[in-house]
Amino acid sequence: MAITMTKGQTGLTGNAAIAIAMKQIDPDVCAAYPITPSTAVIEDFSSFVADGKVTTELITVESEHSAMSACIGASAAGARVMTATSSQGLALMWEMLYIASGMRLPIILTNVNRALSAPINIHCDHSDSMGARDAGWIQLYSETVQEAYDNLIQAVRIAEDKNVLLPAMVCFDGFITSHAIENITLLEDEEVKKFVGEYRADRYLLDTDRPSTYGAMSLPDVYIEFKHQQSQAMAGAKDVVVEIGKEFGRKFGRTYGLFDSYRLEDAETAIVILNSAAGTTKVAVDELRKQGKKVGALRPRLFRPFPFKEIAGELSHVKAVAVLDRVDSMSGFGGPLFNEVRSALYDNEKRPRVFSRIYGLGGRDYKVKDALGVFGELEKVVETGKVETLQKYITL
Amino acid sequence: MSAPAAPEKKEKISVPFDYNKYLRPNKLPHIWCPGCGHGIVLKAMLRAIDKSGFSKDQICVVSGIGCSSRTPGYVDFNTLHTLHGRALSFATGIKLAKPELKVIVVTGDGDALAIGGNHFIHTCRRNIDLTVLVFTNAIYGMTGGQYSPTTPMGSQATTSRYGSIEKPFDACEMAKASGASFVARGTAYHTLELEKTIHEAIMHKGTSVVDIIDACPTYFGRMNKYKSATHMMEVLEKDGTVSVKQVDKLPPEKVQGKFLRGVLHKDERPEYCEQYASLIMEKAKAK
Repeated sequence: MAITMTKGQTGLTGNAAIAIAMKQIDPDVCAAYPITPSTAVIEDFSSFVADGKVTTELITVESEHSAMSACIGASAAGARVMTATSSQGLALMWEMLYIASGMRLPIILTNVNRALSAPINIHCDHSDSMGARDAGWIQLYSETVQEAYDNLIQAVRIAEDKNVLLPAMVCFDGFITSHAIENITLLEDEEVKKFVGEYRADRYLLDTDRPSTYGAMSLPDVYIEFKHQQSQAMAGAKDVVVEIGKEFGRKFGRTYGLFDSYRLEDAETAIVILNSAAGTTKVAVDELRKQGKKVGALRPRLFRPFPFKEIAGELSHVKAVAVLDRVDSMSGFGGPLFNEVRSALYDNEKRPRVFSRIYGLGGRDYKVKDALGVFGELEKVVETGKVETLQKYITL
Repeated sequence: MSAPAAPEKKEKISVPFDYNKYLRPNKLPHIWCPGCGHGIVLKAMLRAIDKSGFSKDQICVVSGIGCSSRTPGYVDFNTLHTLHGRALSFATGIKLAKPELKVIVVTGDGDALAIGGNHFIHTCRRNIDLTVLVFTNAIYGMTGGQYSPTTPMGSQATTSRYGSIEKPFDACEMAKASGASFVARGTAYHTLELEKTIHEAIMHKGTSVVDIIDACPTYFGRMNKYKSATHMMEVLEKDGTVSVKQVDKLPPEKVQGKFLRGVLHKDERPEYCEQYASLIMEKAKAK
């Protein structure tokens, strides 16, 4: 809820900001089912629907399985479609996530990151969206309320780009970003409307002049070609993300790239971390910089497709890197971000030492002292040239 | 109401019932809001279990997700807290693996009839020996008051600002039509009657469904202009229901639009686990 309104800035929770972005985008259809902590997005949005502030058809279905199914149907029929969920909700959409991406439907989903059961937990970690990382969806991660809002607006353009046509999810941290009030500058309704434009699907089910079919049986003779095209579109989405991020910056003053680099230029050690915890890490970076230590942080914004070349380039001069995951992929080999970053660095001529740390599962606090601890470990790695513990849990 | 529902004479509980022996004190206090009826239903359930004579180890309480589904956390039986809508599937697995357990499913209207609606009808169809207690408060309480499959038409919820336009389910009719061999309804208001109904449901062999009308003053109450939790109980549970035993004696206008309370349907038909066991024995003999 808005609390102040000074100089274009207002105070909003992440969920309220997303609901406003959805209002400004004014999608044709929204199908949703409530789940903590994303419920307030649709709750606020349903008020906009009831008050006639949007032209959206809001379908309150009986499960997330049905929510994503309805989104797919509506999108295939040519509509601009959005929804929001978290955790088990996203897990229940699993089957359909692949259908949405396989049919190349640019559905926009807000995922408020929350831990998966069991045991049941409603707080933040990234096990939900990371579990869906190979579902063929573009994934944007957001550090702040402002970025979540901006990402959602850009996601529409990215997903609907003719060379992309893939569904996109915007992720931000449950409770930390979704329920905390931060300062945010909203765009004018007209500005958003102009930026996202009107969606015109090239092919859609209700086009009776050019009838088409979606998802039909494809056997070994063609299936792999569909997947090949999808894969190429995903790889190419990276350039579109950069382009749209620049255009957004030109128009509204906030430019976005593939990742957010913090004091990395001359850094010897760095932490790579997603979402809100990057903010905490930056405070630790500032503290250590005051002591003359060359440390930095890198926060990937785009995770799918993974900008491996750019990240490898950005970290090429760093001597030791710690990749912090707020999820364990239970592979016995660190978290998913660790695996991607470490693999991306393989082709570098001078590879930094890399280790994995898992933090903050199920909403456990990640504090400045935790980041400082990791930087301490990194310093030791630089001194000895050896990684003693490749992977472990911190914040235990 | 001019003709108050007078349930048949009951033995008075003279000795205070010791709920503590069935509770996990370290899990309390519970999360339910002041005025919520779930605690009353929980107490009725515990008294009914006590009366049934099963030991704590013989009982397994299973739930999905929602306010009512927090129950297994508080009670000292074998308990399983699972996924939204899936309690009946988990319970079916437990019952098939250990038919000697008395499996009680605690679920809400959203959990049982919306996201888990498919499991609900198929559980009833199989007539597997589960006791299903549906806490029907006509709203999704845990996520902030969205309308549910039992929200009456015209009622407000956060997702139906101008009143719901969807026809609600009647859980009892649905259970009966799907094949449940014991179907009953109770309310949190008629707590002693509810205890008796739940007891009968536990003792029944086969799928027994008890639809329990229960108030959510926090969301449904506030949004639909009920003055208080007690006002809500009086309107929805006391005045909004009629005992099935009295229905014949009342003029039609006093019955119209009201839910029937009591055992609404009961038949004896083969229970699933028994059928399963006898099929195995029959085929084993044939060899």
